[in-house]
Amino acid sequence: MKYVDEFRDGALARNLSERLHAEVDPARSYQFMEFCGGHTHALARHGVVDLLPANVRMVHGPGCPVCVLPIGRIDMAIRLALGQGVVLCTYGDVMRVPASGGLSLLRAKARGADVRMVYSPADALQVARDLPQREVVFLAIGFETTTPPTALVLRQAASEAIGNFSVLCCHVLTPSAITHVLQSPEVAQYGTLPLDGFVGPAHVSIVIGSAPYEPFARAWRKPVVISGFEPLDMMQSILMLVRQVNTGRAEVENQFTRAVSRGGNRAAQAVMDAVFEVRESFEWRGLGEVAHSALRIRPSFAALDAERRHGLQYQAVPDHKQCECGAILRGVRQPTDCKLFGTVCTPENPMGSCMVSSEGSCAAHYTYGRWRDIPVLAQ
Amino acid sequence: MCLALPARMVERCGDETAVVDMGGVRKRISVALVPEAEVGDYVIVHVGHAIGMLDEAEAQASLALFAEMAASRP
Amino acid sequence: MSKASYLRPIDFRHGVVDMNHGAGGRVGAQLVQELFGRAFDNDYLRQGNDAALLPPLPAGYRLVMATDAHVISPLFFPGGDIGSLSVHGTVNDVAMLGAAPLYLSASFVLEEGFPLGDLQRIVVSMARASRDCAVPVVTGDTKVVERGKGDGVFISTTGVGMVPLGRSIGGACALPGDIVLLSGSIGEHGVAVLSQRASLQFGTAIVSDSAALHTLVAALLAAVPEGSVHVLRDPTRGGLATTLNEIAQQSGVGMVLEESAIPVLPEVAGACEMLGLDPLYIANEGKMVVVVAPVAAPAALQALRAHPLGLRAAQIGVVTKDTRRFVQMTTGLGGRRVVDWLSGEPLPRIC
Repeated sequence: MKYVDEFRDGALARNLSERLHAEVDPARSYQFMEFCGGHTHALARHGVVDLLPANVRMVHGPGCPVCVLPIGRIDMAIRLALGQGVVLCTYGDVMRVPASGGLSLLRAKARGADVRMVYSPADALQVARDLPQREVVFLAIGFETTTPPTALVLRQAASEAIGNFSVLCCHVLTPSAITHVLQSPEVAQYGTLPLDGFVGPAHVSIVIGSAPYEPFARAWRKPVVISGFEPLDMMQSILMLVRQVNTGRAEVENQFTRAVSRGGNRAAQAVMDAVFEVRESFEWRGLGEVAHSALRIRPSFAALDAERRHGLQYQAVPDHKQCECGAILRGVRQPTDCKLFGTVCTPENPMGSCMVSSEGSCAAHYTYGRWRDIPVLAQ
Repeated sequence: MCLALPARMVERCGDETAVVDMGGVRKRISVALVPEAEVGDYVIVHVGHAIGMLDEAEAQASLALFAEMAASRP
Repeated sequence: MSKASYLRPIDFRHGVVDMNHGAGGRVGAQLVQELFGRAFDNDYLRQGNDAALLPPLPAGYRLVMATDAHVISPLFFPGGDIGSLSVHGTVNDVAMLGAAPLYLSASFVLEEGFPLGDLQRIVVSMARASRDCAVPVVTGDTKVVERGKGDGVFISTTGVGMVPLGRSIGGACALPGDIVLLSGSIGEHGVAVLSQRASLQFGTAIVSDSAALHTLVAALLAAVPEGSVHVLRDPTRGGLATTLNEIAQQSGVGMVLEESAIPVLPEVAGACEMLGLDPLYIANEGKMVVVVAPVAAPAALQALRAHPLGLRAAQIGVVTKDTRRFVQMTTGLGGRRVVDWLSGEPLPRIC
């Protein structure tokens, strides 16, 4: 695949690896957080960690919208589907997430709820057009990459005056999540963040641009390198971070120059702004209430807001007491530090946000990396 | 959050949609967010929408950089 | 001019299955005779009994039996349909023991309201597959369930075959040091079926690889000393990853694969990237995994590649001594990862 395969070349990766090994300072260690779940998945799937120097550790951040979607929000969707007979459309990743009462959207479907997987929000709108007598609700999740498509569809629904469609909006914002990580209690406690820099998300940055990261780099003196999605991109970005740390710089650099600009996609930003406003606070699974971190549909589109239209009330549902997801999402604990990991909590039976989606820290480690925890006799 | 793919635009349809080619697979997607895209351009596709353009010159420059790094070994 | 049969011919154009077809009366018998009987036509069916009387096995052979239910949706997909799939699938299960498939049985559960035209398409396709394999359907059964209690049609096929005494090919027989071969590229069947799902709708030239593998198996076994091939398995549901994990589990071994050696068609790779799926977990219906003693591996690979169904056969890994039974893989990048069991049904993802 063009512009994908070239960025996975093994020979170039080996050379980047050698360059990294040559430039790291053996007297120190480096902790970098890759914010985006897609990056976590890419690291694991291609085995990039094996090519990094031993003193570079990648910490997995909270950039997985499925992982941070609170149980209470899925409960709302399940209530709509089972209790009010709406046609509930959403993305594949969300359907397996366990919610209250041993249910998930997939299990609700098995109980007779009309739950449909869609590839795009436009497909959900089409369902509404095809079934004018049914109420159709689209459960919208995702960071700023996924938000503009939802905004477009809401605008389209309004202009066509489609009367049986609404969106349950659970879109979240990247800069707030990064701030939350930087302001974690561990920072207050130790006076220092155990992170040396950030690998910035690839596709979110296409939409929001590189500018929004500049305040963090300045205020917390941490470098941010916006990285493309492919393993060579990530390795180069890690090299750029190592160089910044070694020279005491804390800037925002863009490695993903082929797709990201400083200003981002103005058309996408405009449509998001026309349809959504920022919520004062929103609960993130594993992180608790985070201020100005999520979006709500503007009053001018109230008829398309599922929460208003269907009178939905949000009820928070806590995670298991021993679940370490919060600390893991903030980068201060590892999956293997959690008592539940691999015993009670597995991909088939996820207890918390980090195991729920295939790129949560715990799921990625379980699926791709747990063999490193156990001595393996392989000849 | 970001499963998005570079795809080549092969045909513009009237209504802010286009047919793109992703590694041999054809799909009709929305191009409302990239009004400047033309047939032959590469766009980045996420959940059935093009969310940005891929600058081919920059892509080649990135690849050249990797190769150069390989050439100037420590 | 033929004598009036006093029976209206079956209306395949507009007719649908109704409860009468399963009631055991005249209408049911007509369907069996005019559709199934005519399509599968062979001496055993013409015996006209509820069971088929079969010839004895030659000396030195043992009986092998396999069964499969087919509930696939959609019923028709690029490269096949539920009918041809039900023949290939069961023939392959028998062949994976190194056995020659001999006979098939087929039972149909039809849903009230299912169009007879579609049923005819399926049965004709099934009969063609059976003839091409030279494995006749010798006995069968038809039942009808009420509307809403079936998904159009479910087909169960059972296959019977014979294997020479002393041949022991099975999932528990892999040994450390063995070579893992794959007969061709992966992911085509799953992608072909997915492309038909209304919610995904993408244009692709990918067709299902559904095929009967027994002649490929025969060619392979003829090319190597008896006892060299330890395991044969076709990676259907759950894909290559699941099959290899099963073998590792059963044999108490580990494996190390080479990602760049696993053949995947560019279009399949593209579709999987688009949907966020991993080709390793996508179903195949015309491929097989061969675990073979190292000394026989070159001849085995050559035999596969010489056969039309094995043109892209490749060596994809080795079996290792590993009490944890992990299937590991060296990635295209040169890193290592574990190829784990499938966790639930692979659903397209946005993340």
